[in-house]
This record gives sequence, structure tokens and C-alpha cells, in this order.
Amino acid sequence: MWMLELPPFVLFLIGGLIAATTRGKLRGALMIAIPIISGLHLWTVPEGIHLQFMFLDYQLVPYRADKLSLMFGYIFHIAALITIIYSLHVKDTVQQVAAMLYAGSAIGAVFAGDLITLFVFWELLAFTSVFLIWARRTPAAYSAGMRYLIMQVLSGVILLVGALFHIAKTGSVSFDYIGLDGIAGWLIFIAFGIKCAFPFAHTWLTDAYPEATPTGTVILSAFTTKVAVYALARAYPGTELLIYIGAAMTCFPIFFAVIENDLRRVLAYSLINQVGFMVVGIGIGTSLALNGAVSHAFNDVIFKGLLFMSMGAVLHMTGRINGSDLGGLYKTMPKTTILCIVGAASISAFPLFSGFVSKSMVMSAALENGNDWVWLMLLFASAGVFHHAGIKIPYFAFFAHDSGIRANDPPNNMLLAMFISACLCIGIGIYPAALYSLLPYDTGYNPYDATHVLAQTQLLLFSALAFVWLNLKGKYPPELRSTHLDVDWVYRRLVPNALQRMFAVIWKVDADVRQSVRGKLNQCQAFLARQYKGGGSFISTDYPSGNMVLWVAVILATYLFIGFVS
Amino acid sequence: MDNNIDNNMDNKKQYIFDNPKNIQRVLYLLYACCTLLVVLDFVIHRHVSHSWENLPIFYPLYGFVGCVILVLVASWMRTFLMRPEDYYGPVEELDDSKIEIVDVSDGHAKEANDNKKGDRNVDA
Repeated sequence: MWMLELPPFVLFLIGGLIAATTRGKLRGALMIAIPIISGLHLWTVPEGIHLQFMFLDYQLVPYRADKLSLMFGYIFHIAALITIIYSLHVKDTVQQVAAMLYAGSAIGAVFAGDLITLFVFWELLAFTSVFLIWARRTPAAYSAGMRYLIMQVLSGVILLVGALFHIAKTGSVSFDYIGLDGIAGWLIFIAFGIKCAFPFAHTWLTDAYPEATPTGTVILSAFTTKVAVYALARAYPGTELLIYIGAAMTCFPIFFAVIENDLRRVLAYSLINQVGFMVVGIGIGTSLALNGAVSHAFNDVIFKGLLFMSMGAVLHMTGRINGSDLGGLYKTMPKTTILCIVGAASISAFPLFSGFVSKSMVMSAALENGNDWVWLMLLFASAGVFHHAGIKIPYFAFFAHDSGIRANDPPNNMLLAMFISACLCIGIGIYPAALYSLLPYDTGYNPYDATHVLAQTQLLLFSALAFVWLNLKGKYPPELRSTHLDVDWVYRRLVPNALQRMFAVIWKVDADVRQSVRGKLNQCQAFLARQYKGGGSFISTDYPSGNMVLWVAVILATYLFIGFVS
Repeated sequence: MDNNIDNNMDNKKQYIFDNPKNIQRVLYLLYACCTLLVVLDFVIHRHVSHSWENLPIFYPLYGFVGCVILVLVASWMRTFLMRPEDYYGPVEELDDSKIEIVDVSDGHAKEANDNKKGDRNVDA
């Protein structure tokens, strides 16, 4: 093996270079090899600080491994491998390079042991990922990417300011528990919150992810929010505010998801909903809750990736992703259908699927901690997520009305990537001990007791019954070609319109003032001209030319006189 | 959801859910499962941590009522949140070059065929 000190992101940066300089099968092989080699190496890495150096009086720690960071390191490697396989058919160097560097930045961020390194990777995440959106090369993708970039960079700048305050206060750059006391704590919290898609700061996600390329969205869904979850778990475990923010995040997106037409945007809303469960877990802060949050992040990367991959496959093969345009695809895309249903069952937390073994930990922790209302909200969100991600996504894409579209299953590399994800979803669901052994704490939790299984199955099947009943009654909101307003309306419509109006008024007032002043001046001039008309005076309009000749003569004479005297 | 998808095209162009009987069968299966779960609710001894869980059929009711409220509230939200598709600007055009669209009798395909052409998707 090579040096232990080599941080895991280095190979991915090299991977970006390889992707930029090679083509075809060679590029594919090398790009697959990188996460495998790096992952195998990471598996052998023990806990501890493996790299540190002094920089301007500060102790930088670019590579610190502990249970928490290793857990995220593993899942990011798995996600990188799966998404690279999924995007093997793509012949777009921009996307390949961006994907490699983006994955590398995420891995760098979770192993960062100090705030300066964290900030660097925090910003790199933004700059590398935005190319996955721009790579769609449509005007909508370009402007969505711009809005995304502004929000992400804003988060980075707030993080930097917060970090500077924190360093000034504590004298240390190390990235450990921060907590919400003092302005530094709040600034860093807000920075993490923006990337974590807290309510009102969430629209960068639902705005930009559906505009990315089919493969780009899959890659995007794996990293940015999970890095933010990691950062919150590191710096703010047990912060009570997070419980309420998280509970809000689990509930409000499902309402939007039910009426949204773009199926990838539905998944983006459900991504916020799933991150909400993690945030609640971090907020509760007990060892069970933190385990739940981390393992749910692990599982979410896989099953949300699987769902985004299946919708990416639909978009890739049919060129459309709106629920109103799709339907009946199970007929010619049976493999995609089955894989999508596996993802849907996992995100809905059906017993024997991966979501169940991690989500139940957060719910149990909420109950144990006495957060009854939060528990009820989480329960509602669980039923709701089954409703939109579990039923709506497969139903409107693959069943529902026959749209008449007959598209084939996607290329084999896409199917393989989805198959690997589906196997992981089922594998973790059946044998959760493997996942639990990686977790930061040992809680001896067992998800499969009769009470849990029965309660969860009842909850899910009766929400399915509600879907069937509403559908048969014709009360289910149909998929309509439409845009639904969200908070982004504030900065896409309200503020620009208000500014436009404000400036329109300002310009109008300005023009009026100028007009009236000019009118007054003209009047004055006309008045004076009338007063002194023909008088040969200075302010008369018909000033005689003889006077001018006289004055020229006077000036000349003065000039001559001065020349003569001096 | 049911996932016994028809792969063997014994009867050409006739897929499993083209037959309304099969849809009915799936629904009956769901109803049967739901009934079974309600029965199990009284049979299985549960150790609960919240007093509400002691209520008979708490979870089924919560799931059902929660989802109905969810859908009704979401439908109501449409009344003030919904805008035309091109509200924020022109909508991306669709590409039919890669797919075959067959005529299905319910007229839904016609709507799909009406989409505008031309897509610049680099993943293609």
C-alpha cells in the first residue's frame, strides 16, 4: 500500500485530470478504477489524524479519520463508483471532469479536520458541481445554475466569516463541536443550513437539480446535502433548534411534491424531506439518534440515487420527465420499472428495505427523547414520503394512463448502476448489522421487532389505500403542465419586479424633475430675453454682432498691451 | 406496488395491466393485506412507548387520514401556487427522435405527440 498520509481526495483530483485527457474505453476503465482503489485503501485506514502541517501559525489538518468521517467517506466512494458506472455512456468531458472533482471535493470536506480546509472544499463543491447543471446546455439550466452557484458561494462566504470569528474567539482552527453560542456559531450554522436546504433556503435544490443532465442530477443528489449533514453532525449534535427545523423539513416538501409535475423535482422535494429526518436525528443528539441520522444519510445516498437514476433513465430514453407526459412505460422498460420500485420501497421504509432500518432509529430516538409532536410529524412525513416518492413516482412514470410512449430500457451501464444500488438497498434492509457495524456508536438497536414492522407496514399500506381511494374517487390532483410557486418566487419574481418598478418610478421622477427644471430655465431665459430685447445687453437673445467685434478688439488690445508691458 | 411485469410477449401488444381484471386483482390484494393488518393489530402483542399507540388501529388510521389530508391540502395549495408552465420563461422543447409513440385509444398519446420538437440533450 502507499502512504497513509495521502488524503483520499487526491486520487479523485487525479481522476479529474485523467477524465480531461483521455477518451473512450480507457477513460471509463480508469474512472471506475479510481473509486475502487481509493475505497479499498480507505477501508484499511485506521482512525486518527494522518496529515497535518502548520500554515501561518495555524495547525491545518487536511486528513482526519474517525468513525463519523469514515462512514461518510465510504458512502461517498460507493456513490462515486455507482454514478460513474451510470454515466459511462456520456461523451461529455465537462461532465466527467466535474463529476470526478465534485466527488473529490465532497470526500475532502468530510475528512477536513480544520475550518480552513473545510471552507476550501465547501467552495470547491459549489464550483465543480455547477458544471453538471450547465452541462445540460439550455437557457433554463444556465440561469438555474447561476442561482445555484450564488446560493452555494453565499454559504461558503458566510462559513468563512463565521470561521474567522470562531478562530478569533477560540484561537484554534480545528473543526469540532461548535454549538450555537456567539455570532461565530450562528454564522457557521447558517452556512451549513443553506447547503443542508433548511426551509426558505431550500429552493436552490428544487430549482437546480431538476435542470441538470440526467446523470448530473444523480451525482448532485449524493454529495452536497450529505456533506452539510456531516458538518452539522460534527459541529451541532444535540442542538435543539435542529429538531424543529428538521421536522419542518420532513413535512413541508411533501405538499409540494404531491402537486409537482416534473418527477425529478418531486424527487428533489423528497430529498429535502429525507434530509429532514437526518437533521432531526442530529438535533436529538443521543447516540441512537446520531446513529440514525448517519445511517439514514448512508442509505439515502443509495436509494435516492437509485430513484434519480431511474428517472434519469426515463428522461434519457424518452426525452421527457413531466408526469403529464409519461405513463405506461412498464410495458417496454420493465427492468427500469422494477429497479425504480425497489428504490421507492426503500425510501418509503418498507421492512426488508434499507430505509426501514435507519429511519426507525430516528423515530425511536424521537419517542425516547420525549419529542411527541416531532414524532407525530415524522410519522406523517413517513406516510407522505410513501405517497409521493413511493407511489407517485413509479405510478405516473410507469403505470397510470398509457402515454403511448414505447421506449426501451436504458443502456446496460445505467441498468448495472441501478442494479448495484438496488442490491445494496435490499442487502442493507435484510442484513442491517453490516451497516450498523460501521456506525459511530454501539447501541445494540434492532429494527426488526414485531411492533415496529407491524406499525410501519400498517402505516404504509393504509396510505397506499388512501391513494387508491382518492384515485378511484377522482380526487387525486391530476398531473398538469404547470409551474408551482415556491420560495424562489421571491428572488425570481417578487424582488426583480419590485426593483423594476422601483427603478421605473425613480427614472420617471428623475425625468420629470429634469423636464420641469429645464422648462423653468427656458422660461427664465425667455423672460430675461424679453426684458432686455434689442437692448444690446449681455442677456438679450438678439445680441448685436457689432458688440462681439468690439469685444474681440478689446481682448486683442489687452493682449497686445500685456505683451508690450512684459 | 405490484411488480409482476409482463416480459413474455405471448399476446403481442397486450400487457399485463391492459386487462382491467389484473388491476382489480392488485387492488383486491391490497384490500386483503390491509384487512389482515387490521386483524393483526389486535392479535400481536405490542410494546408501545407512546400512549397514542395504544389506541386500536392507530397507525392505519393515521396513515390513511394523514394521506387524505395531505392530498386535499396539496390540491387546495394549487389554487394559489399554480402558474402556467412557462411562467419563469420558455419551456424546454421535447425530442421524439428516440422514442416510438403508438396510438392508444384513450387519447393520452395524442397529447404526448403534440409536444414541440427539438431537444439538445448532451447525454444523448
